[in-house]
Amino acid sequence: MYTQALNTKDAPDTAEPEAHAARFQERIDTEERIEANDWMPEAYRRTLIRQISQHAHSEIVGMLPEGNWITRAPSLRRKAALLAKVQDEGGHGLYLYAAAETLGVSREELVDQLLAQKARYSSIFNYPTLTWADIGAIGWLVDGAAIMNQIPLCRCSYGPYARAMIRICKEESFHQRQGYEIMVTLARGTPEQKEMAQDALNRWWAPCLMMFGPPDTESQHSDTSMAWKIKRFTNDSLRQKFIDATVPQAHHIGLAIPDPALRLDEASGHWLTGPIDWEEFRRVLAGGGPCNRERLAARRRAHETGAWVREAAMAHAAKQSAQKQAA
Amino acid sequence: MPTTSITLDETPLVLHLLRRADDALILGHRLSEWTGHAPTLEEELALANMALDLIGQARLLYAYAGSLAGHDEDQLAYLRDARAWRNCLLVELPNGDFAQTILRIVLFSAFMDPCWQATTRSADPTLAAIAAKAEKEVAYHLRHSAEWLIRLGDGTEESHRRAEAALDALWPYSGELFEADAADQAMIDAGIAPDPATLRGTWDATLADVLARATLARPGDTWMQTGGRTGRHTEHLGYLLADLQYLQRAYPGATW
Amino acid sequence: MPEVKTPLWEVFIRSRNGLAHKHVGSVHAADATLALQAARDVYTRRGEGLSVWVVPSSAITASDPADKDMLFEPTASKIYRHPTFYEVPEEVGNM
Repeated sequence: MYTQALNTKDAPDTAEPEAHAARFQERIDTEERIEANDWMPEAYRRTLIRQISQHAHSEIVGMLPEGNWITRAPSLRRKAALLAKVQDEGGHGLYLYAAAETLGVSREELVDQLLAQKARYSSIFNYPTLTWADIGAIGWLVDGAAIMNQIPLCRCSYGPYARAMIRICKEESFHQRQGYEIMVTLARGTPEQKEMAQDALNRWWAPCLMMFGPPDTESQHSDTSMAWKIKRFTNDSLRQKFIDATVPQAHHIGLAIPDPALRLDEASGHWLTGPIDWEEFRRVLAGGGPCNRERLAARRRAHETGAWVREAAMAHAAKQSAQKQAA
Repeated sequence: MPTTSITLDETPLVLHLLRRADDALILGHRLSEWTGHAPTLEEELALANMALDLIGQARLLYAYAGSLAGHDEDQLAYLRDARAWRNCLLVELPNGDFAQTILRIVLFSAFMDPCWQATTRSADPTLAAIAAKAEKEVAYHLRHSAEWLIRLGDGTEESHRRAEAALDALWPYSGELFEADAADQAMIDAGIAPDPATLRGTWDATLADVLARATLARPGDTWMQTGGRTGRHTEHLGYLLADLQYLQRAYPGATW
Repeated sequence: MPEVKTPLWEVFIRSRNGLAHKHVGSVHAADATLALQAARDVYTRRGEGLSVWVVPSSAITASDPADKDMLFEPTASKIYRHPTFYEVPEEVGNM
């Protein structure tokens, strides 16, 4: 999901005093929040910086596919809602960069890492938004998947991250409803609109399942992150929760989940899906998705064409403070 | 094939409301184009806030105009061709760089702020209520954009040069704000809208103050562009409307 | 050339319910005026506040986490500072 960062593992730190580490783990185990200035293992710090910044980058890059449709939204009501939603994503990126900054890294460094392709963002945003129904599908499915992951993060062991997530979850509560409402309207609309809705679901369903990250059997990271209470549920358990919540929502509006193997397991009450194409997931993460290049190019362009603006503001501030000192 | 466009009976009041509404929607549209591309994350949110304010103003004005002319807000926004749009040319020009975007907000808001203030005393209570809401929003747009213009003008050589170029490009589009034709005059006489000529002094004073702090020189008097209020637009509006109206035009009669 | 870092500001908002200004997050801005505008644009989009403060993050002096026990533990034993420490006859009612 936004936490695909955890797929890479850090080498354990050996130089750190064991007593500190034991005391740290004890604080985590008793559900104490770790705060910015507290002692923490270097690996914990690095893991958090990687996860929070990847989460932030995902919010920022995530503005692009939906941003595509702001000027083309089909009614003024939809336009205002979409613009407010995409703006929220910018705000969430901002809160998350600030949370990462408490760990001793600057926003400028984090942005550079994204632009230099040293940091990742969620694979989902490398898919294109081809019709208006994609805006419905993203709100319903992508935000629906995100919220599954983000609610447990409100109890993350790192205080600044947990607090940012609480604010984000509160603000995001309208995002999924906004998307589902679009899907409901299309599904009940003209045959062309209904087809548009089904087509969007067909394209977004599998990439959304991939958002939760590789299956638990392949996931390298879960153990330490779980022990540190950065992560509280495994990829597969969150994915299953998402599937169970979403399948009935699709059926309710007469849309079919694009998976011939989908079936309800009476015994467990879970919806079981067919195999997920993890090859595609790895390819998209590695840069081979339909829009990887466009997304990164758009972020680079914004960064580069904005440089003179940021410089101007700093130059004016320097002149003002020089004047103040002279006076 | 029949056209999907609507036809309108433009009474002076309907025309007045459309001029205000179209200004707000088109500028809101332009500002919304920045989403995902702003120079800082903080400014990303600020530009979207302004766009949302303007789209909100447009919706209130369209709703009122529509109640008089028999159409809803979306028909007014989505089913009029370029020649039926009544916005001033200033707001439809492409965004240009950040300096041009900011300067346009300054020029427009420095006019709209006193305009909405005066309109709060309109003889038309519905319009007065819309003005009361819009005035607070536009006052902030002016404050925000003026602070940025000061920094761009005073900041670096490059930012100064860009601010100057923006001023040079947009100044000829500022005169249209102060135009008043017979329909406007009818609104002024009825006490529904302020006479734009009476707003000139405030606009001049605002610009003088901001330009001075931005170390920018006010351009000399020049020939002013005109035409937007009667539907003679720049080439840019057609492209903007192609984006804005695409879905409503491609799927006539659908509900979204 | 690495970009010049834009300073960080801490944002405090007084909400509608009349409570004191509360820390809500931070913004980057070149100066105090832009920081105030950014704080308004970022943190009051849902009617959260009636007043905003911004403070340069670098101006905040924080207590050392290592001093936590020394600074905050001793107070735990001063139970006589709390109203529940005292007994008042029931018939007197609330006091």
